[in-house]
Amino acid sequence: MKYLPLVWKSLWRRKVRTTFTLLSIFIAFLLFGILMTIRAAFSLGIDLAGLDRLILIHKISLVMPLPESYKGRLQSMPGVEIATHNSWFGGVYQDPKNFIAQIAVEPEPFMEIYQEYKLPPEQMKAWLTDRQGAIAGKDVAERFGWKVGDRIPIQATIWQPKGGGTTWEFNLVGIYDGEAGVDKTQFFFRYDYLNENRAQGEGLTGWYIVKIKDASESLKMAQAFDAMFANSQAETKTTTEKGFIEGFAKQIGDIGSIMIAILVAVLFTILLVVGNTMAQAVRERTSELAVLKTLGFSDMAVLSLVLAESLFVALVGGGLGLFVAWLIVLGGDPTGGFLPAFTLPPRDIVIGVALMVAVGIVAGILPAAGAMRLKITDALRKA
Amino acid sequence: MSFLTQIVSVAWLSVRTIRQRLGSSAVAVVGIAGVVIVFVAVLSIAEGFQAAKKNAGQPDRALIMRGGASDEMSSGLDGEAVEVMKQAPGIRRENNVPLASTELYVIVDLPKRSTMTSANVPLRGIVPVTPQVRYDARIVQGRMLEFGTNEVIAGRGAAAQFAGLSVGALVKTGQVTWTVVGIFESGGSVSESEIWADARTVQGAFRRNNSFQSVLVRLESPAQFTAMKNWLTTNPQLNVSVVDESVYYSEHSSNMTSLIRTVGFGIAVLMAVGAVFGAILTMYTAVSTRTREIATLRALGFNTTSVVISVLVESLALGAIGGVAGGLLAYVAFNGYQTSTMNFQTFSQVAFAFAVTPMLLLQGLVYALAMAFIGALLPALKAARLPIASALREL
Repeated sequence: MKYLPLVWKSLWRRKVRTTFTLLSIFIAFLLFGILMTIRAAFSLGIDLAGLDRLILIHKISLVMPLPESYKGRLQSMPGVEIATHNSWFGGVYQDPKNFIAQIAVEPEPFMEIYQEYKLPPEQMKAWLTDRQGAIAGKDVAERFGWKVGDRIPIQATIWQPKGGGTTWEFNLVGIYDGEAGVDKTQFFFRYDYLNENRAQGEGLTGWYIVKIKDASESLKMAQAFDAMFANSQAETKTTTEKGFIEGFAKQIGDIGSIMIAILVAVLFTILLVVGNTMAQAVRERTSELAVLKTLGFSDMAVLSLVLAESLFVALVGGGLGLFVAWLIVLGGDPTGGFLPAFTLPPRDIVIGVALMVAVGIVAGILPAAGAMRLKITDALRKA
Repeated sequence: MSFLTQIVSVAWLSVRTIRQRLGSSAVAVVGIAGVVIVFVAVLSIAEGFQAAKKNAGQPDRALIMRGGASDEMSSGLDGEAVEVMKQAPGIRRENNVPLASTELYVIVDLPKRSTMTSANVPLRGIVPVTPQVRYDARIVQGRMLEFGTNEVIAGRGAAAQFAGLSVGALVKTGQVTWTVVGIFESGGSVSESEIWADARTVQGAFRRNNSFQSVLVRLESPAQFTAMKNWLTTNPQLNVSVVDESVYYSEHSSNMTSLIRTVGFGIAVLMAVGAVFGAILTMYTAVSTRTREIATLRALGFNTTSVVISVLVESLALGAIGGVAGGLLAYVAFNGYQTSTMNFQTFSQVAFAFAVTPMLLLQGLVYALAMAFIGALLPALKAARLPIASALREL
């Protein structure tokens, strides 16, 4: 610790150079933070998906409807805690560009299964008493300035209302919140309202969500469900919610590997730049280091001094970069609600810090080893 | 020695001696090349995606969907209404048959080749007149499907992206088994991501009775569009929306392309800032290793302008190498790279190829030179301000 001033002094020996090295590392880790956030956003909140939740879709594809009557049969299976169904509405709010996921649900079982959506009890009560009631995620409510009590018109695309026209009206009775990473961009309304008022498709629903009692039984249960509906009008395909989301995310394309490929390129480049700069800094100071050794500094001490310098640069530059990335991410999703979750996962922050240490050591190790091996007599003669 | 020759000879000297500073110069080249690769690669995704959508729209075709429907997936038209639509003025007729392709658009689950996980592949139900409406599609392998059977033809993109779509293969969806009898292409457009089957068979398999989802019509000429649209939308028997096919596809791609562009540009700009810092460091190193050399030149009477320019030229040369190398690598690695993604409007897969266009390569090179130029400014000034006497003593 007592050598800290020495490290500090040698760092600022060349102010401009150190500043730019810091800035390069700053940029690298700023990118790291942002790319990791994008990666997490495109994995669609997979880390929060429950393993005890199974999703049943039509065997042919997700867009084929399933009969409402499956609910009773699922509910009566041993090992099932709650079964409910969701329907995709796919309507348009004001402009087709405002993409919002609107889903018709059965409020009570739905909120029971999805404990991560936090809704104040009085709002839940209001939802249960109002057929036209709907709840929206905090993010989407903020995006459109919705408040509880607002009336929200949505243009139908798939489900036309019975009475003619194309508009469905909803009363916003609640706004749900949730931890970071929970999708707060969705709009949920009551299935009974949809079912009673749509012109066609009565009794049809989109997909089922089943909460099972024992997550370790999920594979067996999934097979049992599919066997139950085999050879019927609508055969099913059951997966865990995690598997379902994973499959969905894979369909978008492998965003994760693209982001990691970019990061590898960035970090490799930064490593070259910083390593090169450190080497240059040591070369310039050959005589100074020799003097230190003459004064009795051990080889190890010289090695640590140089390593400390590069570690310092990596940690300060990288730490600031990650911090600024975190601030930017706090500022919210730049695409205006297109991405469901936009947060920097804590796990990636830890990885980031580990990477900083790695960059600091790798960039500094060769020059530091060179400094350690300096022969005093040779080094002093060079000057 | 004239002013110009001084500049040229000093610049040439610094370019020729790059080899002696190979290590640090390589760092700058690699840094700039890296940025160019990422820049070109990311934007080529957007280019490719847009090209696939753009090629799909023909000016003499229009798409009829139910009023309020934003895409084919959410649209629905019943069989009787469709017969009325075929009477609209402006629709081209051949042998007195209106060129109106009444279609269904559903998705089926098929495994993606790359991951073997299931993907939503669009399945289009077509009718015998469809080939005359979708005249840009042609069979490249096998033959056209026979109507009234379970035969299907697969687009080139679909066949490449999804497993089990080769000629002769059987594809099972639900309780129906389809036989693939041909592969078609249509100028690299989105249709190539689809599988086509007889609409009547699809109606049966997907329990659609006598309903369709959209009607694609071929017009006598693009100018007939308005007349046809007015006739259809004012007809009290019908509730439809009519869009120009090219408008339909460009609107559908705008969300995705703008997302890719925003992310791509954002990443490229940040990386460029990082690369500029890298270039600054490299050029500083170059200047400081050449301190004595530069001081000698100055002592010999070379003016400061030529020294400044020589630093800039050296950096630009490195930038050009980086830019060209990055562009070429991106071209080799990514041009034509086949992939597919999800179209959020219809939840169906769109197969497309990355397109590294000459314009993108040029942008990449300009970008590289700009980074190199900005990176060299400060070090050049430092070189110009070197005090000759003390600099000669250094190192």
